[in-house]
Amino acid sequence: MAQTSVAQPVDHETADAVGSGHTGWVRTTHWVVAASVTTLAVSGFVILMAHPRLYWGKAGNDLTPALIELPVSRNYRHGGWETQTVFYSRSGSALSAVRTYDIFNQNGWARSLHFLSAWFLVITGLAYVVAGFASGHFRRDLAPRAAELRPRLLWEDLGKHLRMQIRTSGGPPYGLLQKLSYCSVVFVALPLMVWTGLAQSPTIAAAYPILPDLFGGTQSARTVHFLVFAGLVLFLLVHVWMVVMSGFGRQMRAMTLGSSHAKN
Amino acid sequence: MRRTNPVVLSRRKVLGGLASAGGMLLAGCSKDLPPTYGNVLRMGDVLTYRAQRVLLPVHRSVREYSHRDITSIPAIGTTDPADPHQETYNAEQGAIYERLRSGGFADWRLSIEGRVARPASYSLGDLQRFPARTQITKHTCEEGWSAIAEWTGVPLRNVLQAVGALPEARFVNFYAYDNNPDSIDMLDALHPQTILAYGMNGRALPVGHGAPLRVRVETQLGYKSVKFLRRIVIANEFDDMGKLGLIQNGWSWYAGI
Repeated sequence: MAQTSVAQPVDHETADAVGSGHTGWVRTTHWVVAASVTTLAVSGFVILMAHPRLYWGKAGNDLTPALIELPVSRNYRHGGWETQTVFYSRSGSALSAVRTYDIFNQNGWARSLHFLSAWFLVITGLAYVVAGFASGHFRRDLAPRAAELRPRLLWEDLGKHLRMQIRTSGGPPYGLLQKLSYCSVVFVALPLMVWTGLAQSPTIAAAYPILPDLFGGTQSARTVHFLVFAGLVLFLLVHVWMVVMSGFGRQMRAMTLGSSHAKN
Repeated sequence: MRRTNPVVLSRRKVLGGLASAGGMLLAGCSKDLPPTYGNVLRMGDVLTYRAQRVLLPVHRSVREYSHRDITSIPAIGTTDPADPHQETYNAEQGAIYERLRSGGFADWRLSIEGRVARPASYSLGDLQRFPARTQITKHTCEEGWSAIAEWTGVPLRNVLQAVGALPEARFVNFYAYDNNPDSIDMLDALHPQTILAYGMNGRALPVGHGAPLRVRVETQLGYKSVKFLRRIVIANEFDDMGKLGLIQNGWSWYAGI
C-alpha cells in the first residue's frame, strides 16, 4: 500500500486532485477517537436523561430554577413533591422535599461506560496530539496558513460547500473550512469536554478548584459540557455528510486502507 | 479547621498499602480493590479509582461555602426506612427504626467494631461530646444535580482514633437501617471533612436526610454518604456487601468521579 510519507512535503497541486491519504497513526487514532466519542455521546445522553435540567453557577436541583430544561426523558417537568421541610424561618428559605415519583435513571452502567470511553479518548487523544506536533502534521496540514485567513476566502469556501462544490480527495491538503473545523474539534471542543468533565468530579475539583471555577461553578461546567456536546454532534453530522457527498467509498478507503483512489 | 491530632492509623501505611495494590490492577483481583467479576465497566471503575489515588494530591479540602450559598435540597433514595413502600425496605430493620424514631432516637446506638482496639457503642449524646465540625458543602448527586447545605458532626477520623483503628485497617464499612450498606477506603475515611453528621442546616438531621446519623463523604458522589447509620465495621479487606452492595447492583463502588 503506497502512500505519501508525512515526512515529505506534499505537492499541493497534484495532492489536491489526488489526495495523499492518511498516515497510519492518523487512521488508527481517528477510529479510536470516533468510537470513544460516539460511546461518550450515547452514554452521556443517557446520563443527561436522569436529570435533563441545566443550571448556571455552583449548585442546582429540581427545587431551584433551571437555565435550560430539555424534554428528553420522562423526568422532564413531571411529578410532584411531598413532605416539605423548611429549614429556616425567613421567607424564601432553603427547603427539602421528597419526590412522589420514580425517575428514569440508568446512570449505573451509563456513567461507568462514559468514564471507560473517556479513558480511551484521553489516552488516544494525547498520543494523537504528541504525534501531530512531532510529525509536523498539525503545522503542515491542520494549521490554516496566514494567507488563508481572510474573510473573502472563508466566504468563498463556505459558498463552495453550500453549492456542494467540495474536494473529492481523501486526506490532506485540507480546505480552509476543513482546517478550521478540525482545529476547533481537536484544540477547543475535545479539550473543553475533558476540562468540564473533570470539573464535575468532587475529588478532582477539591484538588484543582480552578477546573469548576473557570466556568463559575460545577453546574456551569456541566452546562458547558452539554453545549459543547451539542456542537460536537453538529460537527459529526456535517462531517459524515461531507464524507458522503465527497465520495463515501473513496473517503472511507483513505481513512481505513490509507490512500485514496490513486495508488502511486 | 484541619485538626492536628495524630491518627492511630498511619497515613503512610495506608498509602503504602494502596501503592502496593497498584501492581494488581490489571489482574483485577485483590482484597485491597473492589472486585470486577470480569465486567469491563467495573474494570474501568477500578482504573479510575487507582488513577485518582495515584495522581491526585492527598486530602485536599473540598470547597466550603457561606450561609447565603445554602440551597434547597431534594431528599431522595430512602427517605424513611420504616416505610414498607420504599425500595430497599427491610421489615426487621424498619420496625427497629420505627421504634427508635418514636423515642426520639434516645435508644439509638452506633456500634463500631472490626479491626479496632476498643470496639464501642455510641449514643447520639456520646457522639455530640466529640469536638464538632460544621461545614457548608456541596452535595453532588449522581443524577446530575447538586445542593449546598450545612452539616454538623464529628470527624470520622476522630472516632477511628477513639476506637483505636488498627494499622492494617483498609476500609470503613457502613451498615444502615435502610439496607443500603456501603464502604469507603481509609484515605477518604481519614479526610478531615469526612464526618458523621447529626445536624443539618442548624437543626437535627431530618429523617429524609438520614436521621439520626449519616456519614458525609464530601469527596465522592452523594450516594456514598450513607444515611440512617446503625453500625460501622473497620475492615482490612474489601467487602462488596453482596446483593445489597453497589457493585452487584451495577454501580461503581468508587464515586470520587
